[in-house]
Amino acid sequence: MSAFLSIEDLTVELKSGMPVLRGVSIDVNVGKVHGLVGESGAGKSMIGKAILGILPRALSVTAGSIILDGEELQSMAPKTRRELIGATAALIPQDPLTALNPVRRIGPQITRRLIDILGWNKANAETRALELLDEVNIPDPDRVMHSYPHELSGGMRQRILIASAFAAEPKLIIADEPTTALDVTVQKRILKLIEEMQERHGSALLFVTHDLGVISKIVQSLSVLYEGKVVETADLRNFFMQPSHLYSRALLQATPKYTDPDRSLTPVSDEVTAILADEIDVWDKEHGYHV
Amino acid sequence: MIDGRSQIRQRAGLRLWLSAGWLSLLALAAIFAPFVAPQDPLVQDLFTSRLPPFWQDGAEPGYWLGTDNLGRDVLSRIIYGARVALGVAILAATLAGLIGGIFGLLAGFYRGWVDIIVSRVIDIWMSFPPVLFAILLIAVLGTGLHSIVLAIVIIDWTRFARVVRVEAMTQGAMDYVDAATVAGSGRFGILMREILPNVLPTIVVLVTLQMGIAVIVEAILSFVNLSISTDSPTWGGMIAEGRIAIYQAWWVLVFPLITLFLTVLSFSQLGEGLKDRFDPVLR
Repeated sequence: MSAFLSIEDLTVELKSGMPVLRGVSIDVNVGKVHGLVGESGAGKSMIGKAILGILPRALSVTAGSIILDGEELQSMAPKTRRELIGATAALIPQDPLTALNPVRRIGPQITRRLIDILGWNKANAETRALELLDEVNIPDPDRVMHSYPHELSGGMRQRILIASAFAAEPKLIIADEPTTALDVTVQKRILKLIEEMQERHGSALLFVTHDLGVISKIVQSLSVLYEGKVVETADLRNFFMQPSHLYSRALLQATPKYTDPDRSLTPVSDEVTAILADEIDVWDKEHGYHV
Repeated sequence: MIDGRSQIRQRAGLRLWLSAGWLSLLALAAIFAPFVAPQDPLVQDLFTSRLPPFWQDGAEPGYWLGTDNLGRDVLSRIIYGARVALGVAILAATLAGLIGGIFGLLAGFYRGWVDIIVSRVIDIWMSFPPVLFAILLIAVLGTGLHSIVLAIVIIDWTRFARVVRVEAMTQGAMDYVDAATVAGSGRFGILMREILPNVLPTIVVLVTLQMGIAVIVEAILSFVNLSISTDSPTWGGMIAEGRIAIYQAWWVLVFPLITLFLTVLSFSQLGEGLKDRFDPVLR
């Protein structure tokens, strides 16, 4: 049986013709957490954006397919696709400060999907929103529903966004570096919250991060990206025990460890970078991009 | 308790109240002009010509701010002139804001070819010198209240379109737009429900500022006698007439000038005050 979310050979290009994602293939199953790691600019966020149909204007999908729940998204009419995404997928964004509309109260921002896409009535949607806010440990949910975003702290807002993401019981959740913009102490709690919510609601979760420490706590499998190309996909255990790609090994060595702070911060060596550059070159040539 | 936020709020508050106070006084006087004005603004009487304002020797009771060369009461003419000034200001600024706002929103949010067309039209439009453009338009349209309003709208909608376009672009790049898209909202729905409420305060502030500009433009046009017919009083017309007799009767020039100055200043201060009021962080 094919996976709930199956991305095959996804290629995304800049308007100038430069590839940003190079033939990415990823499978995520319901109830599972898959991680996407890579340095900044590796294109990990773009995968999530391509799935959800919110790629920046300068980028477009030029090849490959995205199959969500057995349906091919790329060939769908925009409206149908938007409604399907609205009903089955959700996003936990990176920056809780800009992801809530500053001039609208919290309540309608959580309930809109329930009312617009799932056709709930207002009272039911509000009850549900209150339950969710309670579930993500927001004190005094009734007051928060009537607050404006600027009246709440960053951690509170991220909790609200998590609540909002799980509101319509989506089968797929894409978490785009959900803890990057937060304080380290808040990070840990938010991460735990996302994990709990995912387990309770049984959604498939695609977790994007550059932090291997974070990923080891939450995912079952992961893909490593470099310049928009998947260099390794592995189970969490295998990845940490015996990474198959040199780059993965280099990344693991670059992760700081409390036990050995001096030795553990090894930068990725030139040798590894050269190998990666070669791989990218080969792919580009095979797919008709000139270097 | 002194914190920066309440200080700003207090200062903004005072500014807002003073300017709103002057403008509402003026608006009330304009609306109830027939009851408020001490004299008929059009009645000429050469026996009472060039009477000084009330605190000077030779002033007549009932002519508070004196009379002009033809013996018409200055205060009454200022009050009736406010009808034209405020009428033009409100109509012209609102229409310009509406038209410019719509084009700006569409260009800034949809980008692409819509933006290219709107932006090029604005560029070309703005390359005409505004006062000459206004005079030319009036010459074509003929004098009259509706021509002035039309001229101001035709010239100044670009001001709104420019600012609103950039604002819509900035808001359109915010994550909450992505969030709304993922939640299944259509583009137009996002424009109306997410972007518009964020851009609206800017539009309101600009409309207020534009009212001040419209008052000036109307005064300029009536100064060069291109406003409405000469027998209804306008501030610009009064200033033009007062200019001739400045050495004999300074009050004919100075009082409409002060009124004009206070009104334009109030509109701009009201705009600034509203801007602070709308800022969600200062609210």
